[in-house]
Amino acid sequence: MTFGVIVFPGANCDHDAYHAAKHVFGQDARFIWHEDESVGDVDVVIVPGGFSYGDYLRSGAVARFSPVMQDVIRFANEGGLVLGICNGFQILCEAGLLPGTLMRNDNLRFRCKHATLRVENNQTPFTGAMRAGQVVSFPIAHGEGRYFADDDVLADLDAHDQIVFRYADGDGNVTAEANPNGSAENIAGIVNRQGNVLGLMPHPERCVESLLGGGDDGALVFQSLIEHAGAVAA
Amino acid sequence: MAESTPHVPDVDLDLAIEHGLTEEEYNWIVDALGRTPTFVELGIYSVMWSEHCSYKNSLALLKTLPNEGDQLLVEAGEENAGLVDIGEGLGVAFKIESHNHPSAVEPYQGAATGVGGIHRDIFTMGARPICALNSLRFGSLEEPRVRYLFDGVVRGIGDYGNSFGVPTVAGEVYFDDAYEGNPLVNAMSVGIVDSDRIASAAADEAGCQVYIVGSSTGRDGIHGATFASEEISEESEEKRPSVQVGDPFQEKLLLEATLEALKAEVVAGIQDMGAAGITSSSFEMTASSGTGMDLHLDRVPVRESKMTPYEIMLSESQERMLIVCKKGREEELKAIFEKWDLNAQHIGEVTDTDRVRVFWHGDVVADLDPHHLAAGEGAPVYERETEEPNYLAATRAFDASSVEDVTAETAEDALVGLLAAPNIASKRWVFEQYDTMVRTNTVVGPGPSDAAVVRVKGTDRGLAVKTDCNGRYVYLNPRRGAQIAVAEAARNVTCAGGRPMAITNCLNFGNPYKPEVYWTFEQAIRGMSDACEALETPVTGGNVSFYNEHPEGAVFPTPTIGMLGIVDDVTEHSTTSAFQDEGDVLFLLTPDAWTHRDDIGGSEYLASLHGMTTGDAPHLNLEEERAVQDAMLTLIRDGCVHHAHDVSDGGLAVALAESAIHGGVGAKVDLGTADDLRTDAVLFGEAQSRIAFSTTADDADRAERLLAEHPGIGVHRVGTVGGDHLRMELGGATLLNVPVDRLASTYESAIPDKMNA
Repeated sequence: MTFGVIVFPGANCDHDAYHAAKHVFGQDARFIWHEDESVGDVDVVIVPGGFSYGDYLRSGAVARFSPVMQDVIRFANEGGLVLGICNGFQILCEAGLLPGTLMRNDNLRFRCKHATLRVENNQTPFTGAMRAGQVVSFPIAHGEGRYFADDDVLADLDAHDQIVFRYADGDGNVTAEANPNGSAENIAGIVNRQGNVLGLMPHPERCVESLLGGGDDGALVFQSLIEHAGAVAA
Repeated sequence: MAESTPHVPDVDLDLAIEHGLTEEEYNWIVDALGRTPTFVELGIYSVMWSEHCSYKNSLALLKTLPNEGDQLLVEAGEENAGLVDIGEGLGVAFKIESHNHPSAVEPYQGAATGVGGIHRDIFTMGARPICALNSLRFGSLEEPRVRYLFDGVVRGIGDYGNSFGVPTVAGEVYFDDAYEGNPLVNAMSVGIVDSDRIASAAADEAGCQVYIVGSSTGRDGIHGATFASEEISEESEEKRPSVQVGDPFQEKLLLEATLEALKAEVVAGIQDMGAAGITSSSFEMTASSGTGMDLHLDRVPVRESKMTPYEIMLSESQERMLIVCKKGREEELKAIFEKWDLNAQHIGEVTDTDRVRVFWHGDVVADLDPHHLAAGEGAPVYERETEEPNYLAATRAFDASSVEDVTAETAEDALVGLLAAPNIASKRWVFEQYDTMVRTNTVVGPGPSDAAVVRVKGTDRGLAVKTDCNGRYVYLNPRRGAQIAVAEAARNVTCAGGRPMAITNCLNFGNPYKPEVYWTFEQAIRGMSDACEALETPVTGGNVSFYNEHPEGAVFPTPTIGMLGIVDDVTEHSTTSAFQDEGDVLFLLTPDAWTHRDDIGGSEYLASLHGMTTGDAPHLNLEEERAVQDAMLTLIRDGCVHHAHDVSDGGLAVALAESAIHGGVGAKVDLGTADDLRTDAVLFGEAQSRIAFSTTADDADRAERLLAEHPGIGVHRVGTVGGDHLRMELGGATLLNVPVDRLASTYESAIPDKMNA
């Protein structure tokens, strides 16, 4: 399948997503420049991590107005697969493709570490290769990762199985100690109602090769997408 | 001259002295020019002849450092950073630099711009930065001001590096009262470049057009280089405007645009603008190329209206470069920078006049010979007076018998006390604020390792990198202390699976006009030479930071070493300091002449538990060191090493405790007999050239056989990994038996507890 990775000025995980798709999983991958008005002929768009346009305003608040994001919105509305990682999650929220917002971490500091997540919904194109309730370990690296939404939105997310990952301890217990940033209900990643747009703060693309330490659970996201594409094609 | 310039003060000796020049230096300038310098020219001289830019008090000694080796692609000082050949057509550019003075008055921006500046030194050579390191020193965390500085520096490094998108993978943080009021902030960058695509700070060809690219120029940082060339004082707070303000987003754009322009081969020469901004870049490029340059300052994009040529010439606004464009490629150059939303403003031309002429709306405001300004050429070179400091008589007279030894009753508390000492305790509070993984090359990051390991994509190789210096050792014995800084950095790299290749250094000392300070500087340079020769790790460059003083005196002399090593097979050879599996056999590798030593001088044990900074620096023999490192690397490359950790701060007991904490598993250790030695020396003494390592039970015999072929070393089976306690025996009696959980909670909580208090 073909992965398109958006390049915003200030994006800095674009190469990591590209490397994972292209060199680790052997898929087609291409960069999409932020001023392009079309994402082109791709199967999945990755909105990568980093500091788009410097993020001196609210994270993602400028990127949502870029020419390419208008086409990402079109692509998503037509059912295209969109994966927003870290800053990409923030941008998707700002663009209205996902509900809620990401606020400063509760300890007011940037935090980079491996976090364990419980898979809450494995019935998405991004998580099909995982088991429901499985605990996976992905790195986090963000200063503004505290997911926030009002109670109605949270209830709605819950009711429609849109919460895909929650921060949990190694045994899968969703606890305050396991929550690295104060996210509402330990939310680490959500999908839209249709299930074709996933945003998450942790970085699956950073843990696809066991050489880098911390395991390779991130591979499950890429494998899920590749299997999903295969199933759709067949 | 320069009638159109507003508010130009008359230039005279008083004004020159206000600019930090001496009377003697001012007279040389007047003699060389045959006239009084203009105000702009005086500004140029004052920064180019400042300690920071001219190295006038260090150059003569720096030239004695070993700077040659087959592994080097450029000689020390020839380019912005050292360049080491790692094979496969790739070079590694690396350098460390201080940002101490700015960080002392404005910790956040001071540290942030230190990171930005060192990365620019790397990518101006055409190298993409692959990782960053830092070496930080502060006063006691008990002081609120120190906590403010520490917090600000860590945030500054984190925010800049995280946004720029280069992982911060290793470093060190030391606390000692000696650094109170004058913290040290040393930042290091490491980059990868195609060996045939190295960019140069050249302005060789007359007629080439000169561009300023990147951010526009503001009033920030004017006279930063001069500020860095004087002591921190009560008045230093007023120097806040000398501190620059960083913009990592602009730096990220500048990186991408610069590498794209170099790849397109439109650049004839490029120089970053760090200290002294446009001045140093233009004068250094022309001096080294033997050419001249005409610069039109009225064309420079500025942030503020009414900026004067003096201000533009001396501004240290960040995220800027000076580019000499290849003839006929100007439009391509501009298009690349425009794509990245950056300025690329044509401001001048390379000439064959041997003069740098600076224009302001057509008027000449400066007309100078670049050679007369350049370090090591016309700039002054001094050898200062030296005198052995008085304090050494007292510290050398230290008698260990005045210190009560530890016993089986007190050893556990002593170990726990050391693990809680901020110098030894976990720095997780620091490194979790840094993105340590971006660009997915970090094989071993901060924490459970003696050195970080990053892979080089597209090859089997990795780089093992480390910064190191124990300033207390250098204070107690400058020559041996500097030897140890190099030896320990190399040992760390070795334990991580790398072959030490070369160093960069950042020499943080007090006021060079004080003979005692200059004596320690001279001794430290000698020590560094000794060790770099013995370990075949030449000095590729670096930075000198003098005037690290505060009202109570100089900081510990701190020659920070940045060591680069190559890991030949990153998948197989990368090694951490964490115990691995239950049942692994634990070894201690030492010189053959001794296993333990009666040596507690200069130790963290003495400093933290007894409040004493005294004795001699710990034992080091460079031949022993070389033998131990060679043996260790052989064994790691054989593939049988499960963990390796050198014995350093806190001694053997702390080394073993750290491996247990990182591995989450205990060990039973028999240290043998040492009847004639102090127990605290065996447990906590910091004698060098020792490494604890482990193998599987099946590999243990093979490891011993392999090491038997190595001369000069001793290898001792000391125990087994396993269980949930760390137990140590000496002379047949149990000295310590501590739950690993207790060690870990102490180690992890010490710094957060102080910062959250």
